[in-house]
Amino acid sequence: MEAPLKSIKELSPEENLLPGTPLCAGCGGLLALRHCLKSLGKKTVIVNAASCFTLLSVYPFTPFKNSWLYTAMACAPAGAQGVRDALDILIRKGRLAPEEDLKVVVLTGDGAAYDMGLSSTSGAIHRNLDFYYICYDNEAYGNTGFQWSGATPYASKTGTTPSGKINKTGSALQKKDLFEIWRSHKPPYLATISLAHPVDLANKFKKAEKFKGPKLFITLSPCPPGWGVDPSLSIRLAKLAVNTGIWPLKEAVCGDVIHTVVPRKFKPAEEYLKEQRRFSHLFKPERQEEAIKKIQEMVDNYWKIYLPILKRESV
Amino acid sequence: MLTGNASAAWGVRLAEVDYVPSYPITPQTEIIETLAKWIYDGVMDAKFVTLDSEHSMITAAGAASAAGARVFTATSSQGLMYGFEMLYTVTGWRVPLVMVNVSRGLSSPITLEPDHNDILAARDSGFLQVHCETCQEVLDSILIAYRLAESEQVLLPAIVNMDGFYLSFTREPVEVPDLEDVRSFLPVYEPGHAFFKASQPMAQGVAALGGPVYSYFKYQMHLASMRALEVYKEISLEFGKIFGRKHDTVEGYMLDDAEYVLVMTNSFSTSGKAAVKRAREKGIKAGLLRLRLLRPFPEPDIRDAMRGRKAIAVIDQNICIGKGGILHSELASCLYNEEQKPLLLSFIGGLGGKNISPGEFDFIFGSMIKAVDTGEFTTLKLLYTEAEWEQIEKLKKIAGKG
Repeated sequence: MEAPLKSIKELSPEENLLPGTPLCAGCGGLLALRHCLKSLGKKTVIVNAASCFTLLSVYPFTPFKNSWLYTAMACAPAGAQGVRDALDILIRKGRLAPEEDLKVVVLTGDGAAYDMGLSSTSGAIHRNLDFYYICYDNEAYGNTGFQWSGATPYASKTGTTPSGKINKTGSALQKKDLFEIWRSHKPPYLATISLAHPVDLANKFKKAEKFKGPKLFITLSPCPPGWGVDPSLSIRLAKLAVNTGIWPLKEAVCGDVIHTVVPRKFKPAEEYLKEQRRFSHLFKPERQEEAIKKIQEMVDNYWKIYLPILKRESV
Repeated sequence: MLTGNASAAWGVRLAEVDYVPSYPITPQTEIIETLAKWIYDGVMDAKFVTLDSEHSMITAAGAASAAGARVFTATSSQGLMYGFEMLYTVTGWRVPLVMVNVSRGLSSPITLEPDHNDILAARDSGFLQVHCETCQEVLDSILIAYRLAESEQVLLPAIVNMDGFYLSFTREPVEVPDLEDVRSFLPVYEPGHAFFKASQPMAQGVAALGGPVYSYFKYQMHLASMRALEVYKEISLEFGKIFGRKHDTVEGYMLDDAEYVLVMTNSFSTSGKAAVKRAREKGIKAGLLRLRLLRPFPEPDIRDAMRGRKAIAVIDQNICIGKGGILHSELASCLYNEEQKPLLLSFIGGLGGKNISPGEFDFIFGSMIKAVDTGEFTTLKLLYTEAEWEQIEKLKKIAGKG
């Protein structure tokens, strides 16, 4: 294997996602996707599930140098199965030249990945389908205007988990652990990525390339309209998510978990929360101390498993 | 001697399909089991995969077809319902896959035996539909369906329908065509329109925003389906020349001078034909029109077949709750602008595989004759015998609702 990249200067200049899309300014997922496609290259077919990114290819335009197939919300991994199998069969039967082969990539939001598409995703991983899976996770159903999904974290305000007079906290449930759901299927490669860490992202794709079978990626995707932040702050939030320990950057090679970016000193979760309108009810009109404490505990409890000593900056 | 399911499997084998995404459901499962065995034994050069649901199965089938493979899949009843979203999706992709539906009544109440509410629910999806009476027809129709679906003038997926149990598990003599003859009729699938390859990036299934763009593509599908009527006739003519069997869009039985005509589909038509024969023996000028191609709906052929008849009784093996028989409505709209319209009677029969007895057919012919003679008729009747009524009364007592 080639040596891992060390600096952003070494990132590929190749662009397969071109500018001029109808997505929101500052979309974190789009920036992450741009980096993913730098790594994946041009010979790729993207199989998409219903999500914000479905609006990337609207007749007669597409911003990709890659091929594209929109399926429906629940079944992009099944679409990937069909395309992968067809390419394999046609190449084997000599009806398609081997150099015409494509990498097959599923592209979904968190609604499809965490909720409706779990069955088809589980099936595809279990069958050891040779494909990539990119979930851009903005922690809610974004394309319908930001409603609760299985990826919505505790205390997040969404269109369907408002901060009300009786229930003030927002979402009462914790985010599903999709990484662990996927890991229980024992795929050869699985990683979380961040648009604020493009070198880590590129190195993970380089590593994944070696493996035949499912290669799965989840990226946290700051969503300016949904999270209630200025579009200019997407990268700052992505960084804060990593530096507070809320979005751990890790990979699992055949099930073994390694954290690839560990902050020397963790920032308090509060620093990440208070920047976003979706958590503003935790601070105003009155501070919901219990909820803020609970979120910090969740983060600490996660890291306690992996780190002997947890160093945190003071608030 | 082959069952309907085995005939379907033979059709798929002879069509030399590349890919069989599958999911088991009664009464279809024998088809995919047979194909799995052939593929695992290397008799068929194809890939077999079991998906996690019919929704995924139809997606994988459509996606593989969009990538250029010849694809077959099969389902039934609840499975068709579970994959329903993808029926509309893959027809929009304009992919020529072929699917067999083995008809079975829909839940609830959950049941096993056939009626056509499953397949007729899919009638607006864009899938072409061929409905079969015999096992031979199942095999032949699969070959015809691939030719039709893959025609550059059509490019729509097709469903070949057969009744669960009555056909799927019934053995009949079936002539299995010679592979070389099939190859001359149905050559290797080489898509010219759309497929995935590295040297030619292509976006398929993209969003179409705005009514005018959406309307354009939807109407294109309609035009393609209507064009399939003519293409079907050319293909079935060629099929007849090679294999010596004729499969028209509709089949007339004792229709030449018939005044009282039954309209039926699928395997129950066999009972209908027997009833026509009996009625003829009694001196009634009876006949039967069996609808074979249901999508596209062969309106000109139906109008031709119905011209000059006194009365038509449509026996719908389905029930459109709150309206009546689905095919009755379709016949009515087809004949409405005719100058001399036959009387059109509507009967619901065979729901959940309920038998239609000779007595019930007699009742239908009697109703037609009475309607012509007196002008009196009710618009819809459920076929149900005294004995069946007594039986349900008994069951209701057991259930505590007597």
